[in-house]
Amino acid sequence: MPAQSQIHARPRRVPLLAGRLSRPAGAHLRYRWYVPYLFLLPGLSLYLLWMVYPLGYEFYISFFDWKIMPGQTSQYIGLENYRRVLDDKYFWLSLENTVRYTVVTVIGQMVIGLALAVLVHRVFIAKRLFRAIYYLPVVTSWVVVSFLFQFIFSSHPGGLANYVLTQLGLLSAPVAWMSETKTAWVIIYTLGIWKGIGWSMVIFLAALQGIPVELYEAAAIDGAGEWGQFRRVTLPLIRRTTLFVLVALIIGGFQVFISVYLITGGGPLHRTEVVLSYMYDRAFDRLWFGYGAAISYILAAIVVFISFVQMRFFRQTDEE
Amino acid sequence: MSILPRTQRGFQITILIILIAGAVIAVTPMVYMVSTAFKPAAYVPEFPPRFIPSNPTLENFRTAFASRNFDRAFFNSAKVAVATSFVVTALASMMAYAFARFEFPGKTLIFYSVLAMMMVPTMMLIIPQFILARRLGLQNSHTGLVMVYAAGGMAFNMFLLRGFFEELPRELEESALIDGANQFVIFTRIMLPLARPALSTVAVFSFLGAWDEYIWALTILTDPAKRTLPIAIQNFRGAHATDWGLVFAASLTAVVPTVLLFIFFQRYFVQGISTGALKG
Repeated sequence: MPAQSQIHARPRRVPLLAGRLSRPAGAHLRYRWYVPYLFLLPGLSLYLLWMVYPLGYEFYISFFDWKIMPGQTSQYIGLENYRRVLDDKYFWLSLENTVRYTVVTVIGQMVIGLALAVLVHRVFIAKRLFRAIYYLPVVTSWVVVSFLFQFIFSSHPGGLANYVLTQLGLLSAPVAWMSETKTAWVIIYTLGIWKGIGWSMVIFLAALQGIPVELYEAAAIDGAGEWGQFRRVTLPLIRRTTLFVLVALIIGGFQVFISVYLITGGGPLHRTEVVLSYMYDRAFDRLWFGYGAAISYILAAIVVFISFVQMRFFRQTDEE
Repeated sequence: MSILPRTQRGFQITILIILIAGAVIAVTPMVYMVSTAFKPAAYVPEFPPRFIPSNPTLENFRTAFASRNFDRAFFNSAKVAVATSFVVTALASMMAYAFARFEFPGKTLIFYSVLAMMMVPTMMLIIPQFILARRLGLQNSHTGLVMVYAAGGMAFNMFLLRGFFEELPRELEESALIDGANQFVIFTRIMLPLARPALSTVAVFSFLGAWDEYIWALTILTDPAKRTLPIAIQNFRGAHATDWGLVFAASLTAVVPTVLLFIFFQRYFVQGISTGALKG
């Protein structure tokens, strides 16, 4: 950060010109007008270059039959990419798969995460230890756990999943998990839930710890049992948190990629494709960059729409 | 637990049993990974599965480090993750300070634009980012990785730090200002040391994000000498016959540093994710 050290070296006695007050009367925080912009400059330029500019550029690309190879010219084709995407049965299949993945894993993560949070909140010993153990899968890399689950769900009778499930009597014979799309999804769903529970658990736990004990005591005096206390005290008071977790998980669910890409690769014949894996395939395997850009924009529109619905919902619940 | 009344004791024991069962499910896959990493030539799973290898060996680790630039990948990942962590912490804290302490034209607009961009799925931008990286000659360059990782983490970390700065009392800065210190001195000498817990959170999160990142690295790195760990691990996963012992030895090498970081900085992890939740 050379800019910063230069400013350090400047003599301090330079009169403060055109200083603005950062807060009303009584404050002494005077500074020259450009100082805040200097603080913003490095971070904001990086952000503009790699996030904001690509966002606009991608919109532009999505109107072209984009050629990545040197020497070829990209051709403007208007809305053709969007039209083709919306006519593409594999796109709709990938969207359906994404929605299904989101529904299954979000429900799984929320229900189990909340249940575990309630139990960890109530347990008398080893609270921190349990929290740490449940969070462990969250910090492990997606690449590693994708391979790990592939191995665990091996079709071999000694595959951990096959072995445990047959021993427990839940399966009569070892399953070739990867040979059918249905069972391949079981691997991906299980991984999604297993890896995400710790995150929702920690957030729910923080919310539970913010509820005053007196409320439970009052509910108990009114004759509410465990379940009654949970429904009448806990659930209403963690509503904001629940909404936050719900929306964050939905947005995350729509972005599922690595597990699908590494476990099934979207195959066979695109049948297990999700939106991002299909986009990646079109763009980086077929080199249909315009097409991929259109898919990206459609996905982003869906995600942003969900975020807006959530914000409205937040505002409504706040007013109540 | 003997001090608890009888019904309480039964209740506690039930909770404990459920929690332990949950914990077993949470860690079993990891334990299985660790044990497989120490088993010789694991092309198919053993029957019955064993968690303690019958004849444990370090062969997989030796083979992993001897082949395909794996040690190089480890070093590359460390370099990229440290650089990302440093860049994000420095730049996000400067931005956060500007938003927390100054009034300036465009403040609200810039702040909310950055915040709104957080909704955009990062991977959605991979196509234009790829074209941009090619144009800037950043294919096969770690600078290209660090810049994209840093830009991707900027908004969230700025948001987290701004919340922290806003809660710091202004009196310290004000007295320093009377003593003649300028804003940059105040920022580096007063604000940053006070914000150390929040800065650690940001540094650790960004380190882990970069260490584990896969898609962008996969997309712009083709030179084997430039590869990062996730790509190197993927290369051990053969198309037909996979030596899983080797895959998991490599995986374990990548996972152990993250788990250590998590154990040492557990407090900050919890802080980081709950801040997001309470303010989001």
